[in-house]
Amino acid sequence: MIGLARFYLAAILVFLYLPIVVMMAMGFNESSLYELPFHFSTKWYVALAGNDQLISAGINSIVIAVITAVVSTILGTMASVALARRTFKGKTLLQLMLLPPIAIPWLITGTAMLVFFFWTGIGRGMHALLIGHVALAIPYVVLVVGTGFQTIRADLEEAAMSLGSTPIHAFFSVTLPLLAPSILGAALFAFAVSLDQFVISYFLATPGFTTLPVQIYSAIRKGFTPEINAISTILLIGSMAAILVFAIFARPGGVSDKR
Amino acid sequence: MQPEAVSASTTRGPEGSRARPGIPGWLATLVLLLPTYGWLFIAVLLPLCTMFVFSFMNATPMGKAPIVFTLRQYQVFSTQPYLLGIAWTSLLMGFWTTFACAVLGFFAALALARATIGRTRETLLILILLPFWTNGLVRIFSWTMVLREGGFLDDVLHWVWPGAGSIGFLYTRSAIVVGLVHGYLPYMILTCYIALVTIDDAIIEAAASLGARWWTILFRILIPMAAPGLISGAVLTFVPVLGSFMEPRILGGRVGVTMGTVIEDQFTQAFNWPLGAALSFTMLAVVLAIFATFSGVLRRGSGAVA
Repeated sequence: MIGLARFYLAAILVFLYLPIVVMMAMGFNESSLYELPFHFSTKWYVALAGNDQLISAGINSIVIAVITAVVSTILGTMASVALARRTFKGKTLLQLMLLPPIAIPWLITGTAMLVFFFWTGIGRGMHALLIGHVALAIPYVVLVVGTGFQTIRADLEEAAMSLGSTPIHAFFSVTLPLLAPSILGAALFAFAVSLDQFVISYFLATPGFTTLPVQIYSAIRKGFTPEINAISTILLIGSMAAILVFAIFARPGGVSDKR
Repeated sequence: MQPEAVSASTTRGPEGSRARPGIPGWLATLVLLLPTYGWLFIAVLLPLCTMFVFSFMNATPMGKAPIVFTLRQYQVFSTQPYLLGIAWTSLLMGFWTTFACAVLGFFAALALARATIGRTRETLLILILLPFWTNGLVRIFSWTMVLREGGFLDDVLHWVWPGAGSIGFLYTRSAIVVGLVHGYLPYMILTCYIALVTIDDAIIEAAASLGARWWTILFRILIPMAAPGLISGAVLTFVPVLGSFMEPRILGGRVGVTMGTVIEDQFTQAFNWPLGAALSFTMLAVVLAIFATFSGVLRRGSGAVA
């Protein structure tokens, strides 16, 4: 029974990773029509280096992801301090308000943003993408930092304050350092959420300002070469790295040994 | 902030910030919360409200034509019956994806919880969840490499059986479901695993020692006890699948017409925003009904959402 269970888990892993590995391998195959036999070649990566459209979309994606990570981490951490350490009316409602960006299909949120931004004159483009991405990332930051708060004892902060520290000073010198791994984890998470976001970007991007997933999508729709495999490989490895580092910092679902 | 901190340092008490002179506690709370909720209000809530208003308009307010408010957009299911068929297709697609995820995911979670331990289990869990947090678009694109005619699936077949035909099934509804299952399976495994891992070994041992067969243990103990995980996994698979449009477009080609693609068309091709808004809100109503129905189960499992 144990053997069967392990075999089944192996099969699940094959199902999850096989298409990804095939896609990555085809980026190193010489044939532009994805034909076998496999001839190793880096020509698609060389071609990619000369593809200004994909490169500028890639830079846009990274810029958006970095700004999203910084802004959403600062705002989300502030909110999660209030939600974790303060008592006030309507807290449940505020926690509920974090759910729509995560729970409502992005198609609905994205088209709603398109309609609203058009109607108010905010328009589309980089600023619109930033407004959307930060809104999507904030709930994740609040959840991750909020989980971090649960592992920190509130009495440490109180001890500091009873010894004469101000609340602000106690927060910055006691709570924040203990919270730092969660905050860093949250920032990486927000970065990955933004980097991988396609649906919202698709509705808010303009022909002049697109992100990598939007550019990849239009390439897939119009006809493509293994260059798309190459850039997809880089994108996958980038976000997998961010998530692995996150897993080390914040260990979702695992027991943390922080006090 | 600096003078405030200095003045407060003399009157420190264990009461915390509430007893502090200077910034009142409620103001500090407000300052901490306002940026986040202001942002969510402007970026999510107001847009949804605006779209609700748009869904009652007779035309996209772009030209000079006067805007009349009407319920016409919401009657589209009776005036254009083919949309009912598309809605049915979308629901079926959601059902099959969720069903496949539930069956595959439940047994994977069971295998994880009962046949692995310690480091191995932790590594396997990370390996299973890793694809979930990578680019969904790229993963769907990957499947075109496997499923298309002459793709990887055919390569394997021809290697085993040279001269065989093609079994590639890209541009079919099955292809869409395979891609979607690939997308949401990790999540289902996680929610089921969290439910299963809390089951005490003693219960299963007791059942087995009293003569229960494996199917009795499965259907009378494991599945009922994993039900919260199965349900929250199912809801959080079904809902995004309902709103998917990129997956049907890439893997379904011409047969990939779903509510998601119809809505997307209204905003990007047809420029019939009121109709798109009405369809979006109909979908949102379905989504909210699903969440309301299962809110109790979802709340208990919400610690695992992130």
